Amino acid sequence: MKTFHIGGVHPAENKLSAASPIRVAALPKQAVFSMFQHIGAPAVPVVKRGDEVKVGTLLGEAGKGLSVPVFSSVSGKVAKVEPVLDSSGTRRMAVVVDVAGDEWEESIDRTDKLVTFKDLGSITAEEVVSRIKAAGIVGMGGATFPTGVKLMPPPGTKAEAIIVNAVECEPYLTADHRLMLEKPEQILVGIQLIKHAVNCSKAYIGIEMNKPDAIKLLSDMLREKAAQYPGIEVVPLKVKYPQGGEKQLIDAVIGRQVPAPPALPINVGAIVQNVGTVYAIYEAVTKRKPLIERIITVTGKSVAQPTNFLARIGTPMQQLIDEAGGLPADTGKIIGGGPMMGRALMSLDVPVTKGSSGLLLMTEAESRRATPQPCIRCAKCVGACPMGLEPYLLAAQARNKDWEGCEKNDVTSCIECGSCAFTCPSSRPLLDNIRVAKQTVMGIIKARHMEAIKK
Amino acid sequence: MKPVISLSPHVHSGDSVQKNMYGVCIALVPALVASLCFFGLGAAIVMLASVASCVCFEWAITRFILGRKQLTICDGSAVLTGMLLGFNLPSNLPLWIIVIGALVAIGVGKLTFGGLGQNPFNPALVGRVFLLISFPVQMTSWPLSGQMGYVDAETGATPLALMKLAIKEGDTSYLDQLPSSLDMLLGQTGGSLGEVSALCLLLGCCFMLWRKIITWHIPVSILATVFVLAGLFHLIDPTYANPVQVILSGGLVLGACFMATDYVTSPMTARGQLIYGVAIGVLTVLIRDFGSYPEGMSFAILIMNGFTPLINTYVKPKRFGEVKK
Repeated sequence: MKTFHIGGVHPAENKLSAASPIRVAALPKQAVFSMFQHIGAPAVPVVKRGDEVKVGTLLGEAGKGLSVPVFSSVSGKVAKVEPVLDSSGTRRMAVVVDVAGDEWEESIDRTDKLVTFKDLGSITAEEVVSRIKAAGIVGMGGATFPTGVKLMPPPGTKAEAIIVNAVECEPYLTADHRLMLEKPEQILVGIQLIKHAVNCSKAYIGIEMNKPDAIKLLSDMLREKAAQYPGIEVVPLKVKYPQGGEKQLIDAVIGRQVPAPPALPINVGAIVQNVGTVYAIYEAVTKRKPLIERIITVTGKSVAQPTNFLARIGTPMQQLIDEAGGLPADTGKIIGGGPMMGRALMSLDVPVTKGSSGLLLMTEAESRRATPQPCIRCAKCVGACPMGLEPYLLAAQARNKDWEGCEKNDVTSCIECGSCAFTCPSSRPLLDNIRVAKQTVMGIIKARHMEAIKK
Repeated sequence: MKPVISLSPHVHSGDSVQKNMYGVCIALVPALVASLCFFGLGAAIVMLASVASCVCFEWAITRFILGRKQLTICDGSAVLTGMLLGFNLPSNLPLWIIVIGALVAIGVGKLTFGGLGQNPFNPALVGRVFLLISFPVQMTSWPLSGQMGYVDAETGATPLALMKLAIKEGDTSYLDQLPSSLDMLLGQTGGSLGEVSALCLLLGCCFMLWRKIITWHIPVSILATVFVLAGLFHLIDPTYANPVQVILSGGLVLGACFMATDYVTSPMTARGQLIYGVAIGVLTVLIRDFGSYPEGMSFAILIMNGFTPLINTYVKPKRFGEVKK
């Protein structure tokens, strides 16, 4: 059974909502669209207070450089264009829309009918990429990197393998799993479009063995319609965290290791796309539908009905929790994303964004961190680190502010997966320390580059 | 409700210092039972005295000398040190010597350096070697297996002493007096509490591997190195005992599985652990065959404990995507 080759851990899976079909969330009364839903420059608002908007109306155009546009997911009137508290805990520019009715832009095909690659006629690769860019699509596994950019390999590189990330290795989350079960063929068409866009003949769908139904469904479909979907292969993977990490997944599926930054996956011939992104690509290219909704798992041990919602971007988290049975009385921590890499939220007053893969409510008891004990040098963090680093050493050097030592020991390679802190018997906050060091060292390196450029 | 804000990861494996320490203690139980079967009351007294005095010293020194409020005796490390020290002692050792050994192990070996996680040398071995050097007669008169009393037990030559004699005198007839390999495996032989039953120790080692308390690298590299090196000597000159008997005699299995694998004092990377294990194996055979002491395991481990920081600095894990230069 294939898997990545260095480190890894096995957190309890807790996929409580795996059997719960995707449910369409109700329209919100008010929707909030942050201009900061992606990595790179923020989008720039193009609407003003009082403007009427429809579903699919452009709210913010892509900023300079690396950026994507933001579209309205609701119809109604723009209530305000001003900074709003978002999931990062800071006030950032957003467009707020008061919802009225559900009117869509004419250009969007709202039918459920499957559009195949053949139906698109002789669509060019450039056209596919430009539709993806125009739809404001970003990596939907949580990284939110602009997808259009990823599909334009820099000169001198060649895509040899498309790898679809359907691993969903974060505990609790089941959004990707449900999507594969409910929209399998749309995903296959999406993969064809990506292959076409980057002129690559081979694609793999990496799925962990804890989703046997999805593996079977897609494998069977590929076997039956082999002629229609050539060059696509389902790769079952051993269950191990963080297999959904881009580098780990490439290693697991095609056995190539992406070197340390600044190397990119494309340097080893790989382009990785989350399965949710693939579906968004399908919708953008075949239905001309911008990224206005996504699947988000609302879950937790005390949540009455752990549910996978198809929610409009901008829907307040509070509303999704109400629909899933209300906020449990014993809630101690609210996490945007999964428990390994997700972010603790200060309130439920934040909206669903393009990168919201899950909302996890942890009980008070689960929210408590154990008191750290002295490091017993058991080396379990070294064994767990999927990047081959020495977390115990980096954490100690970070505490001593030995940034030079941290740099020498490759702190910038850390992917912040949390395997070290998860596994530590002494419950030491290893990743807290390492994160500080990583940010500091990256700052130092950047400053050094600037200095060199000046000279 | 004011939600808790903290950085990821938000879940933990549930592993703890206690689970690991007591896990090793549980792994030592089969060997403890074996030693009770072979040495009876003596073994019980020595083990109890060793554990009790280690725990007492840990408590007293952290409380009154270091002035720490936090209770550390519950973390299991002092109990483990006590058990390991006990396994390194003969079953007729006077109580006062055991207490001194415990004081040196916990006081000098562990707490002078700051306590759990800080000590460069294995505390139990520091205690044992101190006693070996200070009380060589008491520490090397082993009751024969089956001597169930605590005092006045009949003592006899251990397999290690016979092997040493064979080499010294160049006479293989000493080796003929060795117990059979099967007896040595099961425990029909003289020695310290923890030197008798290799089988029970290996059983405990398997338990630790299964519970992922340790990895295979250190025990396997030590045992394999000793087997190969001792085998080589045996082939060249038959006055050197055969490698199976070398492995099954003395504290080799105890050391390889339980003492060398001590978290704090062994290297942090798999490759480092292999280097450490091979070096311990080589040193053990060299000391046993050419040194003045019959047993070399504890010295070999302590020497390599000393090299561990250097190994950690020099041997780095293979980084993800690292290109061979």
